[in-house]
Amino acid sequence: MSTLNSKIPEGPLPQKWSDYRAKCRLVNPANKRKIDIIVVGTGLAGASAAASLAELGYNVKAFCYQDSPRRAHSIAAQGGINAAKNYQNDGDSVYRLFYDTIKGGDYRAREANVYRLAEVSNSIIDQCVAQGVPFARDYGGLLDNRSFGGAQVSRTFYARGQTGQQLLLGAYSALSRQVKKGNVKLYNRRDMLDMVLVEGKARGIIVRNLTNGEIEKHSAHAVVLATGGYGNVFYLSTNAMGSNVSPTWQAYKKGAFFANPCYTQIHPTCIPVHGKFQSKLTLMSESLRNDGKIWVPKKKEDVEKVRKHELHPNDIKDEDRDYFLERRYPAFGNLVPRDVASRAAKERCDAGFGVNSEGLAVFLCLKDAINRLGKDVIEERYGNLIQMYEKIVDQDPYTMPMMIYPAVHYTMGGTWVDYNLMTTIPGLYCLGEANFSDHGANRLGASALMQGLADGYFVLPYTISDFLADEIHTKRFSTDLPEFEQAKKGVEDRINKLFSIKGSQSVDSFHKKLGHIMWEHCGMGRNEAGLKEGIELIKKLKEEFWRDVKITETSDVFNPELEKANRVADFIELGELMMRDALNRKESCGGHFREESQTPDGEAMRNDNEFAYVAAWEYKGENAEPVLHKEELKFEEVKLVTRNYK
Amino acid sequence: MDLTLKIWRQKDSKSKGKFETYQVTGISPDCSFLEMLDQLNEKLISEQKDPVAFARGDCGVSFDHDCREGICGMCGMFINGRAHGADTGITTCQLHMRRFKDKDTIVVEPWRAKPFPIIKDLVVDRSAFDQIIQAGGYVNVNTGGVPDANCIPIPKPNADEAMDAAACIGCGACVATCKNASAMLFVAAKVSQLALLPQGKVEAKERVQKMVAKMDELGFGSCTNTGACEVECPKSVSISHIARMNREYLCAKLSS
Repeated sequence: MSTLNSKIPEGPLPQKWSDYRAKCRLVNPANKRKIDIIVVGTGLAGASAAASLAELGYNVKAFCYQDSPRRAHSIAAQGGINAAKNYQNDGDSVYRLFYDTIKGGDYRAREANVYRLAEVSNSIIDQCVAQGVPFARDYGGLLDNRSFGGAQVSRTFYARGQTGQQLLLGAYSALSRQVKKGNVKLYNRRDMLDMVLVEGKARGIIVRNLTNGEIEKHSAHAVVLATGGYGNVFYLSTNAMGSNVSPTWQAYKKGAFFANPCYTQIHPTCIPVHGKFQSKLTLMSESLRNDGKIWVPKKKEDVEKVRKHELHPNDIKDEDRDYFLERRYPAFGNLVPRDVASRAAKERCDAGFGVNSEGLAVFLCLKDAINRLGKDVIEERYGNLIQMYEKIVDQDPYTMPMMIYPAVHYTMGGTWVDYNLMTTIPGLYCLGEANFSDHGANRLGASALMQGLADGYFVLPYTISDFLADEIHTKRFSTDLPEFEQAKKGVEDRINKLFSIKGSQSVDSFHKKLGHIMWEHCGMGRNEAGLKEGIELIKKLKEEFWRDVKITETSDVFNPELEKANRVADFIELGELMMRDALNRKESCGGHFREESQTPDGEAMRNDNEFAYVAAWEYKGENAEPVLHKEELKFEEVKLVTRNYK
Repeated sequence: MDLTLKIWRQKDSKSKGKFETYQVTGISPDCSFLEMLDQLNEKLISEQKDPVAFARGDCGVSFDHDCREGICGMCGMFINGRAHGADTGITTCQLHMRRFKDKDTIVVEPWRAKPFPIIKDLVVDRSAFDQIIQAGGYVNVNTGGVPDANCIPIPKPNADEAMDAAACIGCGACVATCKNASAMLFVAAKVSQLALLPQGKVEAKERVQKMVAKMDELGFGSCTNTGACEVECPKSVSISHIARMNREYLCAKLSS
């Protein structure tokens, strides 16, 4: 029997959230002052939550591993943020945004959460404009929109190619305002290394001060994790170098179920890999697919010549180009969802049509758009992306088609949460990319920013009071409690153990090996034999890591090698759980493609009879197998159909 | 490519630092500057015999970095006397080795400015920037209860110019390159962005005074219009925003 209670409110879908808000319990202002909340992570979800909770009167402690909250990786989001404003009069509505998101997620998300997300989307845009976020505007002075993958309306708000940056700086400014008021205390350069539970409830965290190595104990009435995704398990991804799974992984080990870890998003438009030294991959916003056409040559001999630089791609005639997305999916063309676009690119490259020397790239050509709209318009829309590409690849996208290839970008899986965004540990909340709730098996473009800010500004401030209403008589916790001491000791023991190994291989070399195993066995295509082999390889890697890792210097100084070791140790364990989850899910859905489950023409095949559930994993100990709990997904509003973008 | 690196090594904020010389070989021109440093660190770590008893120069070089795509503002170092190296419109992570020649000697230093104390090697503490924003770099609105986003039209040129200013990533190159260690470009970027938008206009006078006062208090120097900040700014934020801030400041002072 499942122990999971999603706590979805009764009533018709469109009324659930307004009914919830009307009836949820509140904490009065005098009591809010007596309550402390820890927020880990200062990206869109964390910063917006910390600022909003502080505005309400709670005492907030905000933690981030960067040197400033403004640097969280939300800042790198380029394309935009969705909202159902229907400013373009093109037929958009809350229902349509909800429907597109559920469908885009391949019917593996919870209806009630997604509907709420679509409902609050409009308030986000209002809020950001009020903060001074300089969204793109039309000549009349009103907000402009662009279209994005998986939708047939233009509902994406943007600030050039730097939307994430502008939204994050908006949330950061709201956070800074509360720091000034004394309602938020900031803890920069801190890595969260453990959770503290007191009598079964989340009451604190253990962090390492990255500047001086001190292990600190922090207590609160509730803990909020907004620590982002775990794409760096693949080593090469579009995530920041420091992005890590450690906070949610430690929560998992303390009893917070981890849901759908196998759902990872491979983004179709990234700059291809070019060399062993490479440390990360760079995304080119999906918005380029609005104006760019994706293709490979039709003839193998042209492919060969292009690879050897004997033929300029611009000299290949239109009829000799295979615009494979337009060919396979005429209705959506270049704007199919990300999982579909990525697999189509991989299919062409696997068939031998890849256009760079490694054979792992396709073209994205802006030529038609430049001819149609002029170079100025393209520069205004994508100038910063084009500059980024130019710096990395040393080619000019205005005259030479860009080369792109899919790369790990976003993780839909994460800590299991109920409708209140609370995990299976009472008092522990999880927001944004770190939780599993809103994107199902595939996230649509411009929805991550929407979810992060929805959770932080408009959902958590309501739902957390439902828990805290019972905590008004709970006195502040002393960090001298044995629970804190014990957790601190655990962290210190692990660090000492890492140093005591004195092995021969660097942390990075282990991370690269892990990434290779993950990409080969749990990447864009997965199958039973490969996953089983992958699990064995990871077990071996884990053993090797704890026997032969080499960490230089000591723990009481600024020590990047130790930071990485802590993170990689957790990634290795996560990798195994991802493979287990992928092995269990014998269907293809969204970003999870099981090669055994496809149609004759290579499209993903879902199995709704057996797998319309959330797979939530419970940790059972170091050497025990995790236990699977299923949350059945009930669809009251939408009918499950095969996604069709043709 | 084979290169000689002279890198600033410093144990912590209190210790004295010095340059150490390293050789790296077989560097691909396609790799980024930080990936070159990764390779140096990998070499230093693998060669280090006793990982605990180390001399400062033997262990990996510490440097700040995160997104490695030029937007988070975390990386930043002085390379051959230029903030973020000898290329314009980029951060250190966007600098590629093809900008150097084989057998080059490259000198690498941290940002040097009194308000940015060195934490270790090339890592500096830029929390002074956070303090300046906390002094007033925001619009005083709470979550919820705001008008519809399209309720106030904003002329496109104003929105565009506000965006030009808002592109600042807070990396600190402007301070590091300024002979006075002035933070005027950083402060002006925020002041100007919000002064150009009706939402920010309401508190514009108070904001500019508070932010400038904070900047002075933290020990950043004065602006003498040399324009070096604009040249090194990875986001090409123009010094015209400093002019706007000066106007805002003067008007605010005269009317207060």
